[in-house]
Amino acid sequence: MIGDWFAARGRRVLEILVRLGRAHILLYYVLLALPSSVRLFREIVRQIHSVGVRSLVIIIVSGLFVGMVLSLQGYNTLVHFGATQSLGVLVALSLVRELGPVVSALLYGGRAGSALAAEIGLMKATEQLSGMEMMAVDPIERVVAPRFVAGVLAMPLLAAIFSAVGVLGGYFVAVGLLGLDEGAFWSQMQGKVDFHEDIGNGILKSVVFGFVSTWIALFQGYDAVPTAEGVSLATTRTVVHTALAVLALDFVLTALMFNKV
Amino acid sequence: MRQQRNLEIAVGGFMALGLAALFILAMRVSNLTVLGTEKGYEVTARFQNIGGLKERSPVSVAGVRVGRVTGVDFDGKTYEAIVRMRLAARYDTLPKDTSASILTSGLLGEQYVGLDPGGDTTPLKNGDEIRLTQSALVLERFIGQFLYNKAQETDKK
Repeated sequence: MIGDWFAARGRRVLEILVRLGRAHILLYYVLLALPSSVRLFREIVRQIHSVGVRSLVIIIVSGLFVGMVLSLQGYNTLVHFGATQSLGVLVALSLVRELGPVVSALLYGGRAGSALAAEIGLMKATEQLSGMEMMAVDPIERVVAPRFVAGVLAMPLLAAIFSAVGVLGGYFVAVGLLGLDEGAFWSQMQGKVDFHEDIGNGILKSVVFGFVSTWIALFQGYDAVPTAEGVSLATTRTVVHTALAVLALDFVLTALMFNKV
Repeated sequence: MRQQRNLEIAVGGFMALGLAALFILAMRVSNLTVLGTEKGYEVTARFQNIGGLKERSPVSVAGVRVGRVTGVDFDGKTYEAIVRMRLAARYDTLPKDTSASILTSGLLGEQYVGLDPGGDTTPLKNGDEIRLTQSALVLERFIGQFLYNKAQETDKK
């Protein structure tokens, strides 16, 4: 009986490894199909609309509020040290280096990732994917690859919009609400935020996050059990796995990019 | 067809918004300046101790930033630090006997190279070396010296 329990644990681990392997095989086929899917420009544009444009509202609103809260809380701490002129630096660096890429990736995974997984899972459940294969249309080239390209392209733009709107929100709270000096806010920020080190690395992070979260969403949908329950499971798995992967990768990338300073 | 066109406009707007955000971040939030693309001339200076000076540290004259530190080397024979700086091309009137000191902006701020112009009529050119230098103040040595002097005073009493 206890042996059964151990066997079940082992089976779970093997299942995880099998899924990991299938995910990489899918990635391989998607990367192979990339050159030929470029001619599906219209489809890619449609997908960018689906994952990018439709995420704009949540990204902008969240960015605004995150920036505003950062400014408020930062002020509460900095005022004890008489260092409120560094509030602009605090808000900008926090957003550009970490919060911009990470939070927008989490929101993207929740909104666009779950939509992608559900869409592809439903296509699989209604046998559209196998139908395409029977008509000699490669579903990976026609369905999966354009969505992958759209995700990787949209993610850095969303992160940049998040950071920019956040800085703006921080400015409104710092200068408008808290009465700090406008010149000090911007000039200190412009002195301490380095384009290559901070913004460049932040954009690099968001490209990696876009790659990984889109890949997770597409795999979960493609590999879903073709039932209603299976599609639902794929959707929730996407959100959870994306969150975990983004946060873990963020630590690794930060350690690689920012510790030499 | 019309829906496709609206969609394309929306996507184009999204890309434009994203690039505009990136542009705002680059121009207004970061320290991206014109000095990166401007031509300049390189000079070197030797110091006993450069303290916390590092690459991309600013170089100033009279408080105005005129260049950046491009590299720091160590001379194994004279045990000195060699600092390479790039100065903006338009500031080409600095005399040959300009002195360089490593100062700290504020009390705990970042360190920078401050240049004090001398009285020579020939200007500094590309590849020249600044002869008169003053090393960075290492706070620990200062404190150590201060304590040592204090101890000597009480000893005399």
